[in-house]
Amino acid sequence: MSTLTIDKAGPTRKVKYGSMSRDRAWALRWSYFFLVLFAIFFLTPPLYMLITSLKSSAEISAATNPWWVFHPTLSNYIELLSSNQFLRFFWNSAIVSTVVVIITMLISVPAAFALARMKFWGSATLATGVFLTYLVPDSLLFIPLFKMLALVQDYTGITLLNRWYVLLFVYPTLTVPFCTWIMIGYFASIPKELDEAAIIDGASWLQTLLRIFIPVALPGLIAATIFAFTVSWAQFLYPLVFTTSVDQLVLPVGITTTLIKGDVFNWGQIMTGALLGAAPPLIIYAFLMDYYIAGLTAGATKG
Amino acid sequence: MADVSLRKVIKRYDDVEAVRGIDLDIADHEFIVLVGPSGCGKSTTLRMIAGLEDISDGDIMIGGDVVNDVPPKDRDIAMVFQNYALYPHMTVAENMSFGLRLKHYPKAEIKARVTEAARLLDITDLIDRKPKQLSGGQRQRVAMGRAIVRNPKVFLFDEPLSNLDAKLRVQMRIEIKKVHQKVRTTTVYVTHDQVEAMTLADRVVVMNKGRIEQIGTPNELYHKPATRFVAGFIGSPAMNFIPCRLEDAGGTLQIRLTDRIAFALPPARAARYNVLPRTDKLLLGIRPEHLTEAHAHLEPGVETFDTVLDVTEPMGMETLVYFTLDGTPVCGRVNPNAGARDGAPMRLAMDLNNMHLLNEESGVVL
Amino acid sequence: MADVVVEQGRLGSSARPRKGAGLRNVLGRKSTVAFFLTLPLILLIALLVLYPALYSIHLATLNKSMQKFVGLGNFTFLFKRDTFWMVVKQSCIFALTAVFFKALIGFIVAHFVNNVPAKKQRKWRGMLLVPWVIPPAMSTLAWLWLFDPSYSAFNYTLSFFGIGPVNWLGDTFWARFSVILVNVWYGAPFFLIMYLAALKSVPDQLYEAASIDGANWWQKMWYVTLPMMRNIIAITTLFSLIVTFANFDIVRILTSGGPLDKTHLFATWAFKVGIEGSDIPLGASVSLFMVPILAIAAIFILRDVSKRGNEA
Repeated sequence: MSTLTIDKAGPTRKVKYGSMSRDRAWALRWSYFFLVLFAIFFLTPPLYMLITSLKSSAEISAATNPWWVFHPTLSNYIELLSSNQFLRFFWNSAIVSTVVVIITMLISVPAAFALARMKFWGSATLATGVFLTYLVPDSLLFIPLFKMLALVQDYTGITLLNRWYVLLFVYPTLTVPFCTWIMIGYFASIPKELDEAAIIDGASWLQTLLRIFIPVALPGLIAATIFAFTVSWAQFLYPLVFTTSVDQLVLPVGITTTLIKGDVFNWGQIMTGALLGAAPPLIIYAFLMDYYIAGLTAGATKG
Repeated sequence: MADVSLRKVIKRYDDVEAVRGIDLDIADHEFIVLVGPSGCGKSTTLRMIAGLEDISDGDIMIGGDVVNDVPPKDRDIAMVFQNYALYPHMTVAENMSFGLRLKHYPKAEIKARVTEAARLLDITDLIDRKPKQLSGGQRQRVAMGRAIVRNPKVFLFDEPLSNLDAKLRVQMRIEIKKVHQKVRTTTVYVTHDQVEAMTLADRVVVMNKGRIEQIGTPNELYHKPATRFVAGFIGSPAMNFIPCRLEDAGGTLQIRLTDRIAFALPPARAARYNVLPRTDKLLLGIRPEHLTEAHAHLEPGVETFDTVLDVTEPMGMETLVYFTLDGTPVCGRVNPNAGARDGAPMRLAMDLNNMHLLNEESGVVL
Repeated sequence: MADVVVEQGRLGSSARPRKGAGLRNVLGRKSTVAFFLTLPLILLIALLVLYPALYSIHLATLNKSMQKFVGLGNFTFLFKRDTFWMVVKQSCIFALTAVFFKALIGFIVAHFVNNVPAKKQRKWRGMLLVPWVIPPAMSTLAWLWLFDPSYSAFNYTLSFFGIGPVNWLGDTFWARFSVILVNVWYGAPFFLIMYLAALKSVPDQLYEAASIDGANWWQKMWYVTLPMMRNIIAITTLFSLIVTFANFDIVRILTSGGPLDKTHLFATWAFKVGIEGSDIPLGASVSLFMVPILAIAAIFILRDVSKRGNEA
């Protein structure tokens, strides 16, 4: 039986080889063809943003070829970047995202260290709890949170609703669980001997965390920071629910609510605003793509 | 510099006893090697001395002080780990000085100590590199350097050479021995490799299943093993154990290996074993080097027998021969020119002056 | 969990007076330190996730002015409304269809990217992940403009082929199609990245061994690639199911639930009745209906994640 199959495979092998490399060349050509198609699909909206942002209102309403700019102008950019309101949105977004990143790191890094390295009563349960919290979506909590914040306001007299800083309390619920989770993964991958060496060298727990763990897990820390920043920057539901006054809005809500006035859509400005709003995450992504992707894949793969 | 003592040290994990009562006295300047198969408790013992594991019962003393409750950093010890455990984000110099910096030593002294240790280990040129840029052997040196700069009372080594390839391992073994001869710090060294244990140690501690089987110098362990475990563990290829019986044959004592093969014991051995009951189930322990080709002229106490070889392994300076005696596989070492061939008959000689007799049930060497 | 309990038991039972007392202190100190390190995390989860989750159950049992306990009144009210059942149906259609196409496109594109020479993969991957990086509220605005009824770039293009004009967001079918399309556009890159990472983790020797055994392309896919990626596919899909099911941004900006509430999801409808309609209890009740589906997906994810952990 076995000799029979070998005999059969013998003569055909040569022919197969030639066709295999030809197959491979074709597979490559097809891959490029489809990759180009998908790239067009994936990149059309952002490119269309860019095209529209360079058009004047007159050109847009003239309904010429939407895919081409006949009279490019920066007027939309100039107008938005000199508008106090838009700069206010930008500033609100920037301060909220930055502070949330700091809060997130201050909470999740020490907690991840404790969960990864100090087995204590309930640590396994807490780690699972962190992961489950990460799965709780914003759209489940916005109504009770809204009511809770209203009640806090009633009891204490501290105004929280309709203030940009209320977002500093609620955004961490979205960022901390994920960041803790991936930091647990990064910390757990540090060999146990490294902290034992540090202990023998005389380091305290805090020194081990600050001088060994954080520097060694720096890529993870960067990935977590990027995640926290982009989530805060992109969050739409919470600011839509918790803030209403124009001067308290962050970018996504500000653009969608103020630039769309009634039925009049000033598309040139809307697209410019959207593009400017998308710029910070895109710039971070362009420079730190590897960390960004590492964080993305670590979340679901680190057990 | 200090001596280390363990008194009835026990380590329990939940309901499993990993270390079951260890008594050990390590003298100042001594190089002690703990050796045994994986899971024998040798690493746990070392980690208890380091303070990385708390002890369940008993006492550990370093320099005469009980250190059971002393945290690792206050025990004045240094440890070299199997995977080196170098801090990847620090240079070699920073790695070596980390402990001293934590203790706020003066900068000048730190520098002096690091320079001296680097010189001793021949890594002066590498001092500004990161661990990633070093080879395995160099990392090993840095790990040792980190231990040396601390100038501790005790060095602890946890299988430090097992990540290196065979050639480098031999080289680093010599290196470690040289360093010890220079610094003379009391050293406890854990390994599963009996060759490493034999070559490095002043005294070897053979451990098995959480207990000490035997403590002794390398030669004592080799020539006078106390138990079947030690006899089988030390030496490569391992000692042969052949089931046998003691018999009285016309006024002399003989051991019977098979129906065909029985040897009269040399007088010294006969006197020693004469007291044993003839009914006991016994094992003859004989090392391969005492099973050689038969010469025309035989020393007293050397007996010959005929067998058929199963497999031969030419090693160059010697040839290992494998055969069976009543189903028991046996290994011998013959001269490469003795004409040993696979499947060929051969006359072999057994040197009974170097035999051991063991109780099969208890494993004790009689 | 079990070993933690045992450890605690050991701590308690070994309260022998002299021996090891100091070390127990160290251990005690260690757990104290651990407690303080995790305290902010625990407070955050307890106060801003756990409490609101339970609080929403309480809210769901009140009447509109939140002064009277109505038990399951809100739920029975919902059961009698056609809109509610439509939202349930639309949420399921939306989530299942979108996740299916995200997974499919991600899988296919991952293979194409994996096919091209390693040096160029980075560039392609970087380009194809852009939709995931742009805040969805921003990119959905671009889609809104692409779908625009009077100046629609899509209809302009389609007119060259003699098709349309299509009422993208005004017609029920096309509105549902559009929100799914945008969600697929946004989410497929995530699958692509996950699958690409999984594809790269399959050792080449396995493919070589399969080739020597005479496996063709499909057999290699079926017997090597898919089994090796099974776990990542499962985790990514379940995870995406949760996120898609709870989606808010895209539908809110694209259609606000219209036309005639036909594209509402739980999240957008809860927002409409709870915040815009000021009926907080009813909104809470609506969003609570997400819980069972989310919980099932979460249980499966947890199982797969821990399985993965055990394998590693």
